[in-house]
Amino acid sequence: MPLTREQLAQRAAQELRDGFYVNLGIGIPTLVANYIPAGMDVVLQSENGMLGLGPFPFAGEEDPDLINAGKQTVTEIPGTSYFSSADSFAMIRGGHVDLTILGAMEVSEAGDLANWMIPGKMVKGMGGAMDLVAGTKRVVVVMEHANKAGESKVLSECKLPLTGKKCVNLIITDLAVFEVTPSGMMLMEHAPDVTVEEIQAKTEGTFAISPDLKTIKVTCD
Amino acid sequence: MNKVYPDAKSALEGLTFDGMTVMSGGFGLCGIAENLIVAMRDSGVKDITVISNNCGVDDFGMGLLLQTKQIKKMVSSYVGENAEFARQFLSGELELEFNPQGTLAERIRAGGAGIPAFFTKTGYGTVVADGKETRQFDGEWYVMETALKADLSIVKAWKGDASGNLVFRKTARNFNPMMATAGRVCIAEVEELVEVGELDADNVHTPGIYVDRLIVGASFEKRIENLTTRSA
Repeated sequence: MPLTREQLAQRAAQELRDGFYVNLGIGIPTLVANYIPAGMDVVLQSENGMLGLGPFPFAGEEDPDLINAGKQTVTEIPGTSYFSSADSFAMIRGGHVDLTILGAMEVSEAGDLANWMIPGKMVKGMGGAMDLVAGTKRVVVVMEHANKAGESKVLSECKLPLTGKKCVNLIITDLAVFEVTPSGMMLMEHAPDVTVEEIQAKTEGTFAISPDLKTIKVTCD
Repeated sequence: MNKVYPDAKSALEGLTFDGMTVMSGGFGLCGIAENLIVAMRDSGVKDITVISNNCGVDDFGMGLLLQTKQIKKMVSSYVGENAEFARQFLSGELELEFNPQGTLAERIRAGGAGIPAFFTKTGYGTVVADGKETRQFDGEWYVMETALKADLSIVKAWKGDASGNLVFRKTARNFNPMMATAGRVCIAEVEELVEVGELDADNVHTPGIYVDRLIVGASFEKRIENLTTRSA
């Protein structure tokens, strides 16, 4: 079975390590915060200017001056700090953030990422995504394997305008997990009951198969 | 030194002209100079180039100046929340320059700090680098980005004093401190005006040298763009 959104978030959370400073993108990546293992010390960064992101507020306790990069109301926790957007991106660009988990429209087998623009259609902008993929130590993409038209989002070459070149380290889809290595993609894990043949058939890009191929471990629905 | 003006309208006097460039602080609707934006609209100034991370929503913040078609060009990183924006851009009425958010923040910081350009790895190999000088440092490629300045910057702070010292609150700080430095003139809108000497000098975020005029906002709606709560 392909992974659900929650399962994707749970799998992505397995990339977290104790002591990491982490920036989570909008959408499925935001859900990763719900799966930080108990006892693990992970500090979430929000690129509008906050380190130490707390959970969403209880109704009535929201503060208009306290939002995350998705403009959602959030809370602070002991140890939170605030800073300007210039300081925030100095942190990101300067390589101080350990991990970013982002959504994607397309990823190539070389690790190119496209997630900000569909020419002629979508006029939204890249926000902080280009800075995050350029500066963060490790870039993990979490996404559906296919787009709404059923076409592979894992490609030999991206067709959409790029967010970054050769910037993705790990690709997590609802079917598979690929590590991007200097020599191309390596299939590391497959979703439960999803065969390598099915992944090959549904992937436009080419990939090697890890000798240590595993089943993706998830426990939620 | 008293930089306090009675209201947003008087603070703008003599500063607005058609074709001007304005920096407007805030991230989404958080930390925007609500009262000064309304006064800008009411001034009738046209053909403005607005440098702002976002462009408000259709009926609030910078979106107000879109409705009245006073904006000629936007320099932003993300404008996804504004349907009127997309309409004006796709129909060719509005010019748009997208900057990666960190590049935008740094260009503004550089503008205020006397640094004409800098190199960043952000955007290398993407359309953002088209037509720009690229250079290799220590084996990595970087893109040259130039500084941004404005005729006027309008910023929002939590507290301020008559000498222009400002303190921001939580994530409402965002682009405001850099923009305060990069406007030829900076007007700050504060929620609370305190006595000179009352702000903890160790915790002033923007020193008064950057702020030319200051008002206490007549009212603050502080609209929440994306109210998200958890169940009790």
